[in-house]
This record gives sequence, C-alpha cells and structure tokens, in this order.
Amino acid sequence: MGGKTLSEKIIGEHCGRDVSAGEVVVVNVDLSYVQDGTGPLTVRRMIEMGIEKAHNPDKTIFYLDHASPSPRMELSNDHEFLRDFARKTGIILSDIGNGISHHVTLEKYARPGDIIVGADSHTCTGGALGAFATGMGSTDVAVAIALGKTWMRVPETYLVEVNGRLPKGVYSKDIILHLIGKITSNGATYKALEFTGDTIAGLSTAARSTIGNMAVEAGAKVGLFPPDGETRIFLKLMGREEAFRELRSDEDADFEKHIEINAEELEPTIACPHLVDNTKTIGELGKVKVDQVFIGTSCNGRLEDLHIAASILKGNRINRDTRVIVTPASRRVYLEALRDGTIETFVEAGALVTTPGCGACDGVHLGILGDGEVCLATQPRNFKGRMGDPNAFIYLGSPAVAAATALTGEISDPREVM
Amino acid sequence: MGKAWKFGDNISTDLIAPGRYFHLRSNLPELAKHVLEGARPEFALLVQNGDFVVAGENFGLGSSREHAPVIIRIVGVKAVLAKSFARIFYRNCINIGLPAITCNTDEIDERNELLLDMERGVITNKTKGEEITFPPLPPVMNRILQEGGLVAYIKNHKSLEI
Repeated sequence: MGGKTLSEKIIGEHCGRDVSAGEVVVVNVDLSYVQDGTGPLTVRRMIEMGIEKAHNPDKTIFYLDHASPSPRMELSNDHEFLRDFARKTGIILSDIGNGISHHVTLEKYARPGDIIVGADSHTCTGGALGAFATGMGSTDVAVAIALGKTWMRVPETYLVEVNGRLPKGVYSKDIILHLIGKITSNGATYKALEFTGDTIAGLSTAARSTIGNMAVEAGAKVGLFPPDGETRIFLKLMGREEAFRELRSDEDADFEKHIEINAEELEPTIACPHLVDNTKTIGELGKVKVDQVFIGTSCNGRLEDLHIAASILKGNRINRDTRVIVTPASRRVYLEALRDGTIETFVEAGALVTTPGCGACDGVHLGILGDGEVCLATQPRNFKGRMGDPNAFIYLGSPAVAAATALTGEISDPREVM
Repeated sequence: MGKAWKFGDNISTDLIAPGRYFHLRSNLPELAKHVLEGARPEFALLVQNGDFVVAGENFGLGSSREHAPVIIRIVGVKAVLAKSFARIFYRNCINIGLPAITCNTDEIDERNELLLDMERGVITNKTKGEEITFPPLPPVMNRILQEGGLVAYIKNHKSLEI
C-alpha cells in the first residue's frame, strides 16, 4: 500500500481511520466560520434545523467583513441579526474593522492539520498554514456549526512543484496566476492542490496565502502548504507557536498529477476580463488605461503586500486620472502599516486608505465601478459584474503591478519603476 | 415538462446573483427578480415554473453564495443541467434540493421541451425525440436530494450519518 498525501492524513485524523482519495467520510471540524454575506442564511438554516446553538462556540466565528462598515440599512440589519445570534450562543464575533475572515483566521485561529470550513469560497487561504480549509455554502456550514461535523469526499492531489529563484518584480501572485492560466478555471475541480519545491519553501506565509487563497480559482477544494520552519516563525509572531506541528505527504504518496513550474521563467502576470484563467504576461498585454487601482483583499492585503506597493509609490505621486484605494486585510495589518509609515506613504502619494475588510472586491462598497470603467486589482477574482456595473472591466495583478499602474495610469510592468 | 434556457461555459455566481444586489440576500424573493441577470437579463422575467437551466462547463464557479442556487429554485427551475459544475455550487444545489445534473448538453437547443426522470437517469428531449442519459449522483448526495435537502436530512436523522 502506498503512502498518504497530506489531505489523506488530515482527513484520516478527523474521522479516526485510514482514508484514501475517493472515499466519502464524515469528519470532525476544528473551526467553522461565516461572513456577513453568507452568515444570515447560515443562521436561518440552523433555526430551520431546530439547532440554535453551536457545537463549539469557541471555535465558531462570525466575521463582519464584506460590508465594513455597512453602507445600507439592509446590511445593517443583517449585521444586527448576526451580532444578536452570536451574543445568544457565545459564538465569536469579529465585527467591522477587524478584517477579512481568511486573514484574521490565519492570524488568530488556524492551525496546521486542522479541518476548517467557511461559508466563503476563499476559505482555502488557510492552506497556507497546512490546514485543510475549504469553502462551503451556508447550509453545509450551518451543519458544521451545529454538529461539529461535515461530510466530504477525500480529494485526489495535484502536486505543484515550483523551483528556482523568483526574478525581480515577480511574486507569488504571478505564480498562481500563471498556474491558473495554464490549467484553467476548472483545471483542478474537486482536487487538492499541494505546493512544494524550493521556491515555495522560500516564500513567507503571507506570500503562500496569496497562492492558497486562489486555489479555488482553479476549482480546487484546498491549496495546501506543508507546515515548515516558516510556518513556525509565523505562528510564533502571532503569539501561538504551540499550534505548530510538522505534517507532510509521504514520499510514496499517490499524486494524481505532478505539475512543475520554473519560477525563473515567470514574468509579471495579469488576469484579463472576465475570467481568472484569461492570463497574459505583462509583455503580451498591450496598453490598458485604468480608472481605479485597488490594493487589498484576502489575496493581497497583507503587510508584505502593502510594503511592496509602498516601496514603489514612495516619494512619487499617483497618476492624476487614476484613483488608488488601499484596504488593509486586518486591524493588525492596518496598525503595523500605520506604525511603520506605510499608510503615510500611500496617503502622501495620493492614494486613499479604507477600513480593513473586503473593500471594493465584493462590489458592495468602498470603490464600486461604473459603466465602462477599468480597474486593476490585487483581488483573487475578476468576473463580470463582480465590482458593480456589469460593463466594468477588472484586471488582476500583484501589488507591485498595482503600484506601477497607479503611477502611470495604465497597467504597467513594475520592473520599469523599481 | 419544461423548456430549456441555454447558457454557455463558466457562468459565475456573480452572473447568477450579482454583488450589486448583495443587500437583497435576506430578501430572497426580491433577489430572485435578478437571477442570472448578468448572463441573460430577460431570464428572470420570462422563466416559467418547470423550466430548465442548460449550460456548458464549470457552471456556478466563484463564490460560495448559496443564494445563487436558491434563487434559481425560487423562480421555478426544475433542474440545472451542465457539462460540469464548480464544486461548491454543486454541493449547494443538492443541499437546497435543486437537482444538478452532469450530462452532455450539446444537443439541447434553446426552448427545447425537456422531461427529467431522476430515477432512470434520463432526460427526454421531446422537441427532438432524443434521450440523454446521465450518471447517478454520488450516493450520499442522492440521499440528501431524495429527502429534500440537507436541512430536512438533518431533521430526519438527527445527526450527520451518511
């Protein structure tokens, strides 16, 4: 019998027996969460089921991040509904301004080897710490909250091996955009992606979380990074080193596919409207004039991302015809960026900085696009109609591309301004 | 029997339940007035009870918003037929009791009259006199769908045994 993949090991631990890809099992869930867009329906499902309490309230979180703060009375009422239910049940409330669910989960809650379910597709961000973290709908998460369990099919694994030194101006965002362009938006549907190789080993947890976050954009269930020394350093920095454990796939595990990427050949990469797999290298793109630049989100709103963007903007002024919006991923990121002068750099350059949260990405507030407008965003997704008017155009790129674009007013190669 | 509404590949949840109506998520009948607006603006107005959504690859990619399949069901759609589904959307359909059928949809044209037989795994295209077979759902999903969705399943069984 062959060895086990990381996914098989984690799922096996949570159902009390050895499992292999393809089996359908019931697992214990370590952490469940919802956000303000999916949470109200989750609570209504719990009420319909007749279970108005959490199996483990200390391991259940309601995040108010999609409308932060609420721009409409309907959403204010949704927020009150969630706050009230959290109060009654002892569920943890992460209120407006605390930050995006996926990033705050990395900072405070996710542990290597956990099973995490969230009512948000980008829950797979937790894979950056080696947690089997996956997005589900409101009803599935209602069951996970109420019973502490969910069912799942053990996924086959695609091993993505990235080797070589990343060239100047090329980042983890370019790795994942390149991968999705290569395998397409449903190239990994139902599969686990597991990332390995010396490039990955050299990435920070923040950079890994950009990749893990976008695993779902290839259809994957999870995007896993075997926890290593970097994971331990991150957890220590967050004051919870005790959560660390080592965990990896066996040498002889059965991987369904092995995808190799040479990092040295990568270039700044852009996803063009209206699908994430519609990628081009910056050299292939041609001239694209931009109305709005948006830096933030669960994909690229971390301190490291803000530092990269600020280093390009420092001492410069943004293009007079371009709006630049910066939304830190969490209160912690916001505070650190305030203290180290990063926020000052943005504001001096002519950008505006908003409350931590999902920001403009979800099309609810803080930078909704109008008819025909073009946006370059660091977010994970560019579907038609996502950020407001259905006739707007969304391009995706790294924080460095975003900052370079902010200076020139058209989508630009960061290597030319660094 | 109901008629087919054809859609292409990669119909995202942002096309099914656009973010600009985010504030209507706790008012599902209102949200349903905009169902699939991003892909076919006339759909919500003209769809009739018992009709079918018929699409290509990767239907429902994107967000986990269960509101997307819920509003497809609210307007009376009998089932969604697609060549393939995005993972979260597929699970959401079954959980809310909306059949999501993976099958070859190439031969179904706009407004064809369709009849669905879940037990036999057959879609009959009355307009063309053709039958399309489809594989059964995974057993656990089939049971959840048979019992009317995951809420009903949990109420019936008082636990999550599969």
